[in-house]
Amino acid sequence: MKKIIITGILCLLVVAYIFAQAKKQPLAQASIKRGQKVFESTCIVCHQKNGGGVPRLNPPLIKTKYVLGDKSQLVQIVLKGLNQPIEIEGETYNNVMPSFAQLTDEQIADVLTYVRNSFGNKASAVTPALVKAERAKTQ
Amino acid sequence: MKHFFKIVYCIAILCIADTSYAQRKTAVKAKTTTVNAGLKLPTGFHASIIARDLGVARHMAVNSKGDIYVKMDRVKNSGGIIELSNPADNGIARKKTVFGEYGGTGIAIKNGYLYASSNSNIYRYKLNADEQVEDTGKAELIVSGLLDRGQHNSKSIALDNDGNIYVNIGAYSNSCQEHDRENGSKGMDPCPILDSAGGIWQFKADKQNQTYGDGVRYATGTRNVVGLDWNNEINSLFVMQHGRDQIGTMFPQFYEAKYADEIPAEEMFLVKKGMNFGWPYCYYDPMQNKKLLAPEYGGDGKQVGRCAEMEKPVVAFPAHMAPDGLLFYTGNMFPEKYKNGAFIAFHGSWNRNVTGQEGYFVAFVPFKDGKPSGKWEVFANGFAGVSKIESTGDAKYRPCGLAQAPDGSLYVSDDNKGNIWRITYKGK
Repeated sequence: MKKIIITGILCLLVVAYIFAQAKKQPLAQASIKRGQKVFESTCIVCHQKNGGGVPRLNPPLIKTKYVLGDKSQLVQIVLKGLNQPIEIEGETYNNVMPSFAQLTDEQIADVLTYVRNSFGNKASAVTPALVKAERAKTQ
Repeated sequence: MKHFFKIVYCIAILCIADTSYAQRKTAVKAKTTTVNAGLKLPTGFHASIIARDLGVARHMAVNSKGDIYVKMDRVKNSGGIIELSNPADNGIARKKTVFGEYGGTGIAIKNGYLYASSNSNIYRYKLNADEQVEDTGKAELIVSGLLDRGQHNSKSIALDNDGNIYVNIGAYSNSCQEHDRENGSKGMDPCPILDSAGGIWQFKADKQNQTYGDGVRYATGTRNVVGLDWNNEINSLFVMQHGRDQIGTMFPQFYEAKYADEIPAEEMFLVKKGMNFGWPYCYYDPMQNKKLLAPEYGGDGKQVGRCAEMEKPVVAFPAHMAPDGLLFYTGNMFPEKYKNGAFIAFHGSWNRNVTGQEGYFVAFVPFKDGKPSGKWEVFANGFAGVSKIESTGDAKYRPCGLAQAPDGSLYVSDDNKGNIWRITYKGK
């Protein structure tokens, strides 16, 4: 009997885990899909279709610590922009990035989740809650 | 047994796939080693690569012996200037010396001196009887303290025949908005950037330690100029302006997306002292052939306003192609058509959003008596190495600098990898 109960609990846990994953995945997928739209209307001009940026002007979004690393810092860049030359792997990028604070928390979360999971990148999602918290810091 | 067949089948597929891949690789290889070194040229011209992988190779200057001085964007192996030997004999430009511990773009030879610029200073080196730099460690500081805020910081140079040097000081902004490149941010009026940038300054070519106060504000309202050259035929300065970015994405209410890709034109200006070319208030629409009021200053794609008084271009090129090199051809090698005409190295666009990226070639404009005498045409194409460029990174090479050798051949530098092409004419 004890064995059956343990097995039962284990089974339930596995099923719950699968459900949780299944629920999580579509959410991230939906966010990525929405994020792609934001990217194409807002970011693509400078960062280019392939996310590779423009040599010495606009930084690439492919496998850089700015994109894959600290999510708070990444959100801050979108909210405040960047008006200093930035160095990535020995290359300096000179163009100014304006603030995109006019985007909603969800749009910023979506586009960053898209960028962190495109162009060969793979990283966790950015949530609207994080964007909201970071936005509060800037005000 | 069934498995055995499956395995054999798989191996066979892999073999076929591998051979076709190998064939594809050789085909690509064969294409890049054609006689024209990857470039498409008018009949009778020939191209070869005389130096490879130098780094971010910007402008070039050639001395009377045919040695090439290449200005590098950054210091590499303790130097920002590379001297290459004359490639006329064996087709290869050998690295002779590396010196000048500063990155930059501008370089020129005049009256026994090699002039070179960092992004804030101009230096010069004395040349000996062979037109070689006498002492690479001895640079005279001609001008210092020119504004460098990252954006548009190349200080390209040109010299006239009266002892003056001209330098472009690019505006550290796209269109002088209160917040650069931000949607809805207003244009500053008057634009304070124009006090110290967004124009061409003139300095004495032989006087040391000059700064802004010693210079003459020769022309204003040029957003960013990288290619400039002195035209000896009419004794005048010509410059190529990089027009503003993002007019369509920031003001979709005034411009249909495809139309927006074609504005503003990249402009060639004949520069006389005191001229105003209109940045940031105006831009040139090549379809309407007009300088129009920029939308940050109340424009709507039709209004002219104060732009009626601004100087017009002598040639208007398609938008965003980024002209980085200008050279008036005075050699005797090329056919008569090319004599005194202008070659322009287009670095290639990144913000033609709908119609696709353009440029990545060297263009030519025929001139007669210092005026364009025909339409511009593509002279050397194929630097990108791909037929369609969706993202700037797709382009393998990007033309930047131009120089003329004593024998009349033309050099083109690429600042992506640092290759230098030599283009010669051998007849039909």
